[in-house]
Amino acid sequence: MPGQLSLQFHSPDDLRVVLAGSWLLVDSLPSADDVALQLQSRSDVHRLSFDGKAITQWDSGLLIFLARVYQLASEGRIHVDPGGLPEGARRMMKLATAVPPQEDTGKHSKPPPVLERIGLRSLSMWRAGPEMLHFLGEVTLSFGRLFRGTAQYRRSDLMLIIEDVGAHALPIVSLISFLVGLIVAYMGAVQLAQFGAQIYIANLVSLGMTREMGALMTGVIMAGRTGAAFAAQLGTMQVNEEIDAFRTLGFNPIDFLVLPRMLALILMMPLLVLYAGIVGITAGMFVAVTVFDISTFEYYQQTVRSMAWSHIWVGVIKGTVYGMLIAFAGCLRGMQCGRSAQAVGEATTSAVVTGILFIVIAASLLTILFQELGI
Amino acid sequence: MKANGVQHKKDPGGHITVQDLTMMYGNFVIQHDLNFTIPRGDIFIIMGGSGCGKSTLLRHMIGLKAPARGRVLFDDISYWESSSAEQQRIKRSFGMSFQSGALWSSLTLAENVALPLGEYTDLTAADIAEVVSLKLSLVGLAGFEEFYPSEISGGMQKRAALARAIALDPEILFFDEPSAGLDPISSRRLDDLILELRDSLGTTIVVVTHELASIFTIGDNAVFLDAETRTMIAIGNPRTLRDGSPNPVVRQFLNRGEL
Ligand SMILES: Nc1ncnc2c1ncn2[C@@H]1O[C@H](COP(=O)(O)OP(=O)(O)O)[C@@H](O)[C@H]1O
Ligand SMILES: [Mg+2]
Repeated sequence: MPGQLSLQFHSPDDLRVVLAGSWLLVDSLPSADDVALQLQSRSDVHRLSFDGKAITQWDSGLLIFLARVYQLASEGRIHVDPGGLPEGARRMMKLATAVPPQEDTGKHSKPPPVLERIGLRSLSMWRAGPEMLHFLGEVTLSFGRLFRGTAQYRRSDLMLIIEDVGAHALPIVSLISFLVGLIVAYMGAVQLAQFGAQIYIANLVSLGMTREMGALMTGVIMAGRTGAAFAAQLGTMQVNEEIDAFRTLGFNPIDFLVLPRMLALILMMPLLVLYAGIVGITAGMFVAVTVFDISTFEYYQQTVRSMAWSHIWVGVIKGTVYGMLIAFAGCLRGMQCGRSAQAVGEATTSAVVTGILFIVIAASLLTILFQELGI
Repeated sequence: MKANGVQHKKDPGGHITVQDLTMMYGNFVIQHDLNFTIPRGDIFIIMGGSGCGKSTLLRHMIGLKAPARGRVLFDDISYWESSSAEQQRIKRSFGMSFQSGALWSSLTLAENVALPLGEYTDLTAADIAEVVSLKLSLVGLAGFEEFYPSEISGGMQKRAALARAIALDPEILFFDEPSAGLDPISSRRLDDLILELRDSLGTTIVVVTHELASIFTIGDNAVFLDAETRTMIAIGNPRTLRDGSPNPVVRQFLNRGEL
């Protein structure tokens, strides 16, 4: 039999709540509204008592009913006598009411009005700038300590990170550069073939890959691969209070965590860019030889003729700058991370977005700069 | 979830049985040849020095890790030899509070407790809110519904995790060091709550704990895992073990190092 409720007046000011049957959460249970109605219509009730002898079984279902009745009683300043309740339920209710609800928890459940939200949002965006500059300053100081030889970090960490951002990135960098080289060569060759100038594929590919595409594609790959990883690693350490543990032990977390990551990417990016260039040029040669009947030797000759050391330097410098920016964005977002799984996700996303944004801005500025310098 | 509050009686058969259990990580044996039976409605303590494999034993009991050898039975049904539907059914009768709390960090305390209720019951949103308040007030956290786990203290996280574990009035509750990080008063209230859950809802409760006061207050039976020999070296009522265990290691543990 599912739970049943009836109300009786023991004496004019004493309302007795009679409970029977099975009071389980899974059953559909009577609601406390009947009790509320009775209490409203009879303002002279001063006592509330229970008769629970006919309850066959119960769980939290009974307890939430009782919690509601207790609350009604306290609102109406009515004395509750739990004597007639099952022994266990009485004790559970005592436990549940032992610690009164915390009133002033400093938590606003209502979201702030629109204007306030816009204001808060603008303020937080306004603060993001100085925060980034602050981080930049800390990183610069850390590099200063590195050159003076006083930076605290573990060489073995640096080596592991170098392996991870360098050697382990080779497969994906190879694949993407090969495909980019292939596409540039093929698209260019179709146009050039109209003038019988297929041999200039070599110029197009070698210049494109060394000056721009090698660095850009490697930058984008590394932002997605390594910038995200940095943010996730540092963010998780933030969640687990590992970074606080470094601070309390007197280690500078910037030296210990950010410095080796920045250093590793700054050292590895130039090598990856060079490598991407070589793979791209090889892909171009593959297209020229197989599709457009140019001999390997001719292609090689033309490539050497079109190349200059300055092209290589431009690519390598761009790559190094991108590397610095990617590592900066990844570490910045990781160190700013909040204390939840959600926050780690946001930090990772933001690291990639910020990294790519930085790359695009830097690419434009550097291209203009090199143009002006005539390199 | 069939609690029979009023006419609850302990039935003599085993609710949980661990048979010849050997636990390994890779080739490394953590504990071997564990054998014990936990009767329905028992409060069963798992104790032993830190690193001896208590949490690992719990992970085997709640079906997170398969035994290297041996079986874990619930009401004589072997968990790892059951179909996955059966395993799902058995798991539904568990509540677990993890050593580190393991609250979902992107949900508020109320949402943490409400999630299993929303998934596994037909309650309306209003009813769920009432159950959530009740469970949070049982662990002394009434009024903290809207807080995120990162905004409350470690001890409070622990208690919130307990509230989540008891959300569905489970038949079996597993607690991994529930009182670590709690003040003495909260710790005492927790013991009261554990006893109350057993007495009124007939819940079978398995607790990993080091807290001697708590072991003697709530424990009906206890097993002692030894890190040295990598197996259980004592089983029985903790007070009896303290005064009369033939094994000096166990007596020492239960007398705070004094023999
Ligand atoms: N994921 C894991 N892989 C390998 N070994 C583990 C793993 N987790 C725990 N261990 C080892 O198992 C042993 C028991 O761990 P645990 O059950 O957590 O101990 P405790 O009794 O303190 O709860 C420890 O010696 C630990 O080194
Ligand atoms: Mg443990």
